[in-house]
Amino acid sequence: MDSFLNKSRPLVFCPGCTHERITKGLDKTLIDMGLKADKTVIVTDIGCSGLFDTFFNVHALHGVHGRALTYAAGLKLADSTLTVIVTMGDGGLGIGGAHVLAACRKNLDLTLIILNNFNFGMTGGQYSATTPSDAVVGSEFLNQAEIPINICSIAKSAGATYVSKCSGHDTQLPDELAKAIRHKGFSVVETLGMCTGRYTKRNNLTPKVIDEMIANQPVEGGVVEGNQRPEYGELYRKLAGEKTRFPEALTIERSFNIVDPQRQEVVILGSAGMRIVTAGDIVCYAGIASGMNVSIKNDYNITVLRGQSVSEILLSPEKIGYTGIESPTAVMALSDEGVQRRQKIFKTLSPETVVLKEKSIAIPETPARVIEIDFKELKIKRPDWALASLGVLAEKEILFSKEILAFALKSRFNEKVYDLAMETIEKMY
Amino acid sequence: MEGNEAVARGAMAAGCNFFAGYPITPATTIFNNMLKMLPPTGGICIQGEDEIASMGYCIGAAMAGKKVLTATSGPGISLYSEQVSFAIGSEIPMVIADVQRLGPSTGSATRGADSDIQFLRWGSTSGVPVIVLAPRDALDCYVLTMQAFNYAEEFRCPVFIASNKEIGMTKESFDLSSVTLPPLVERTLYEGDQYLPFEADPDKAPPFLPIGGKTLVRQTSSTHGPDGFITIDPQIIAANQQRLRTKLHAARERISLYEENILEGTDTLVISYGITSRAVEDAAKILAQKGHPVSTLSLKTLYPVPEQAILKAAANFKRVVVIEMNLGQYVNDIRRILGGKHVDFYGQMDGVMIPPAKIMEVIKNG
Repeated sequence: MDSFLNKSRPLVFCPGCTHERITKGLDKTLIDMGLKADKTVIVTDIGCSGLFDTFFNVHALHGVHGRALTYAAGLKLADSTLTVIVTMGDGGLGIGGAHVLAACRKNLDLTLIILNNFNFGMTGGQYSATTPSDAVVGSEFLNQAEIPINICSIAKSAGATYVSKCSGHDTQLPDELAKAIRHKGFSVVETLGMCTGRYTKRNNLTPKVIDEMIANQPVEGGVVEGNQRPEYGELYRKLAGEKTRFPEALTIERSFNIVDPQRQEVVILGSAGMRIVTAGDIVCYAGIASGMNVSIKNDYNITVLRGQSVSEILLSPEKIGYTGIESPTAVMALSDEGVQRRQKIFKTLSPETVVLKEKSIAIPETPARVIEIDFKELKIKRPDWALASLGVLAEKEILFSKEILAFALKSRFNEKVYDLAMETIEKMY
Repeated sequence: MEGNEAVARGAMAAGCNFFAGYPITPATTIFNNMLKMLPPTGGICIQGEDEIASMGYCIGAAMAGKKVLTATSGPGISLYSEQVSFAIGSEIPMVIADVQRLGPSTGSATRGADSDIQFLRWGSTSGVPVIVLAPRDALDCYVLTMQAFNYAEEFRCPVFIASNKEIGMTKESFDLSSVTLPPLVERTLYEGDQYLPFEADPDKAPPFLPIGGKTLVRQTSSTHGPDGFITIDPQIIAANQQRLRTKLHAARERISLYEENILEGTDTLVISYGITSRAVEDAAKILAQKGHPVSTLSLKTLYPVPEQAILKAAANFKRVVVIEMNLGQYVNDIRRILGGKHVDFYGQMDGVMIPPAKIMEVIKNG
């Protein structure tokens, strides 16, 4: 192919703009590399650098300012055969800083060409993340109060596996870009150039000055030796490929027919580490095995190892509507934190409700029937109190029978844990 | 399973093969489930560096032909906004699950509310219509997510699942064999030899070709003509803006999903959606037992607003009551559609579900 440039879309950059040289340079790169148009995609965002995708006869995705790398990553992950080239100005670089860092860390095989022309050209020459503090730009004095970033050193420290810097006027540019594209992994090429429409009107920036800037802050080599590692896509596919087991949905067969099933509500009030959620699950297993519809919600602290743990379970022969607790069959009061979390319900309980309370736990006054159990004396450890409470309920034929509880435990646990659980439960019988 | 797991399983059943997201309570378990389910099936599941990036990954993957899902909650949906506008305007199919929590802002991570209903509809630039589906329970999460993929593919647009902490993080049993699952719809691929990426019938989405295929594809977030290049031609712009509306509005009746229980001899119709519908139905059942039956309409498609369904259901009622788990985000649409009809409203935004007793009180006292 003699050119990838779209003949019906002539370049529209200001006279003298370095972007024009880079566009032609990139075209030469694509030709020299013999890339296929249908396997190449140029991803751009906003600003003059965002015009690049319109000039080339390759696949193109033009998106929101600063986000080009995110689309590029999605494309490359979805189709690893693509050569994905991202052009981004210093504006997008500033806005999308987090994405640049993430791309460096991930090392997906993308090439980022930064077109650094030291200002926001399109909006009137405002300062960007790369504007020198002493430049005269369209932001009055604001750039004087900040310093520009050095993206090459940032990229290296963030883990980029290829980093280079070159003048947009450098005759070696096509080769520099080709090296970056050939590199397997994330490559960053910072090109420095002139925005003749805005920046160079008030600042002394010429190709010679750009050469001096590069000489003052050189970036050696390209390949960053210390950062070399597998390409993200390949590594991802390898790791994901090891995951071969699809987690099927949990199904529990109806195994018991109970006479005259009624809606039941159960509240387990405990603390972190007391296996409250597991006990709630077991109630659900028992319910489903008995042909009931069940729902369960758990309330625990975001710092999961501390604080209350509350489980609220509904069992119903009807389809469950409202999933809140209205008139519980049983309330298990197993920790002060848990009780405090739901202390308002105690005075609303009916005399038919059973409150199962550990001896050491204080509960508010309640019309419910209170059964007190001294788990400590029974030598049951605190993490087993919730489980043991289920044994108490089974013993009293509240909620479920011993047989159904045993079935639920068997369904929930492996054999070893099941045996231990049964040991605990049987202490209650 | 939880509502969130049901969203993930519904997505898998719909052929989803790409997920990118960022952890946020109460939506995180959708991500967790996709991370377990996609790798064994050859799909891709990625944690973005933030919510904006997650949406960007989804956009890129969708344009390469993947069926994509992402999931977040209020604070994340705010960050999604700029990318959602892109996906709407540039017709990029995807499903976005918003497991709503109590807002505004960071609000309460573990407290539910239907906080984002208006935000989902209007949280993009330009006001182009979107599809928002509201599940009531875990089974709905499964079925509506499949439906959402079908709509995303057909209309080439983002489709929102407006879930709620109270559904997403509540585990429920359900019998999948009790429902008929929707047959799968795949995006229409272009078959000619003169592909213009946005050329379409005036009431349809354009046929799709993936970036990376034999035919070169242009995608752009900027105002574009059929060729995918920027345009300033007012006629072309107007036609495209109109088409973005018409493609959904022309299908409005077909994509209006709802359940109704209209009883003869009742004078009150209670309209609700999401988790609140379940309490409304409990309340209606109790009221019927007490000899004061009411009728109910439970909306599953919130946007485009199922106008005909609402008009038809409400036609013979003197009084309509709208109940929402917020301070009134949808009631104005219902008032708009029902013109002069008497519409009472009750909303609650305190982190807890509205109980049936409260709903009965509202129905009784107005």
